[in-house]
Amino acid sequence: MEEYSDKVKDHYRNPRNTGVIENPSGEGTVGNPVCGDIMTIYINVDENEVLTDVKFSTFGCGAAIATSSMITEMAVGMTVDEAYNITRNDVAEELDGLPPIKLHCSNLAADALQAAIDNYRYKKENGEI
Amino acid sequence: MSDKLIYMDNSATSPVDPRVLETMLPYFNEEFGNASTLYRLGVEAKKAVDKARKQVAELINADVDEITFTSGGSESDNMVIKGVALKEIQKATEDNPRNHIITTTIEHPAVLETCKFLEKFGFEVTYLPVDESGIINLDDLKAAIKESTILITIMHSNNEIGSIQPTKEIGEIARENKVLFHSDAVQSAGKIPVDVKEQNIDLLSISGHKINGPKGVGAVYIKKGVRLEVLIHGGGQEKGLRSGTENVPGIVGLGKAAEIANQELEERMKHNQEIRDALIEKVTNTIKDSYVNGSLENRLPNNVHFRFSGIEGESLILRLDDKGINGATGSACSTHDLKGSHVLAAIGVKPALSHGSLRLSIGPENSIDDVDYIVESISEVVNYLRNLSPLWDNKTDTYIGDLFEKDVDEEDLDRY
Ligand SMILES: Cc1ncc(COP(=O)(O)O)c(C=O)c1O
Ligand code: FES
Repeated sequence: MEEYSDKVKDHYRNPRNTGVIENPSGEGTVGNPVCGDIMTIYINVDENEVLTDVKFSTFGCGAAIATSSMITEMAVGMTVDEAYNITRNDVAEELDGLPPIKLHCSNLAADALQAAIDNYRYKKENGEI
Repeated sequence: MSDKLIYMDNSATSPVDPRVLETMLPYFNEEFGNASTLYRLGVEAKKAVDKARKQVAELINADVDEITFTSGGSESDNMVIKGVALKEIQKATEDNPRNHIITTTIEHPAVLETCKFLEKFGFEVTYLPVDESGIINLDDLKAAIKESTILITIMHSNNEIGSIQPTKEIGEIARENKVLFHSDAVQSAGKIPVDVKEQNIDLLSISGHKINGPKGVGAVYIKKGVRLEVLIHGGGQEKGLRSGTENVPGIVGLGKAAEIANQELEERMKHNQEIRDALIEKVTNTIKDSYVNGSLENRLPNNVHFRFSGIEGESLILRLDDKGINGATGSACSTHDLKGSHVLAAIGVKPALSHGSLRLSIGPENSIDDVDYIVESISEVVNYLRNLSPLWDNKTDTYIGDLFEKDVDEEDLDRY
């Protein structure tokens, strides 16, 4: 097997920001258990459109857990617009790279965060928050 | 991180037995002769190869001159299937193309990919299904045989779930129909009795590194009178069946490993099964929603294959590694092509659940004393991952993955 970078190993061994946010500003789930990966990201956003809390739960490989953990760390403190622009390459770079076959796992993390932000924007437009 | 190392992936590969290593060592730099040469060094090498041939023959109850050495299980499978196919197609007539091969859906890729390769050249292959215990139905086999059938290639036992096929009956059916029968016994040799005469086998593959011998060496049994087309041409070693200067240290190691496995077979079967059964009992009793894939009947005594809902296998393997435990998984995420195990699919395990699988394959060096630590570790890791998983409801402690399941759509495939 191609080895994971030390940073990836650190994040799957000690994932940050795991769990559920009750009544979050937004949440998004992407993936499909049939393919072996599914990820939910929860976000809380303050009145300045800054992400104050980001949490995740993930069913997936070591890389999927590491990218979810990494993206939660990256996103906290960013504005919603900034966080929306995090790409899978940004996440992979922060982790000192991923084996090529595992790049789609970082896609999943970026997609899940975007889905959570979409959900937040939708709720805001509809006056739910 | 743990200093312990409990290696329970003996179906992937196994450590070389110290007695085997000791027997091999002189053949690297002392008795390093080429077995085809005339002086003493060459004669000694030839003698060593012949001794190994006898040791391998005894393990499977073959005659000495029915054993040919190869570079391993994959080469043995390729040599037999392609060799028979190329030989038999030359006998094709207008009425009988002699191009039909029967195999199963759960073979090792060394067999499956070889069959797929032959399909490109006009061979026709029937892939027999298996039941939920991973065993073929003999009536399906009988029904699949036709005039043009030249070869039945069905594994002796399966590398993932350890299911053992009714080899003797398959062999009988093959004989009645005058079709050759090849069996990939890479996982069976040294684990359960393999007897080519009793089990009506014409061609059989084995591999050194699965029986505490070296990697890169294996053997085929070719029953007297059976003819194959040769694939590796050259200096005519191995009676012209497989050219190339003999891998003397490897062959000596395979021979010694076969001898030990033969002597210790009964003892090892008992040892393996004791550990296996303790693992099954304790895991299924302590961990909620844990299951054994396949059946406990007709199963290799050294194989257990668990399934835990709500978690993914690669992360399970990585966390167990941190605890010093090595096993394997059929999870898609762990494979080169991100496709899940074809064997688990064939026995009807739903894809979402096959990801959470763990194979432990026991070897002579494992100890029953480690079972409690292994079970505790698995339990801890499974709980940790379930806690992290959106497919597990922590409040009610139940699997809720069915809620998320959808058909695989374009968008999912795009990601790969
Ligand atoms: C059933 C089976 N056949 C063939 C092989 C290939 O053997 P080798 O690794 O010696 O080429 C293996 C090993 O993975 C196996 O389990
Ligand atoms: S989640 Fe399947 S490969 Fe990463």
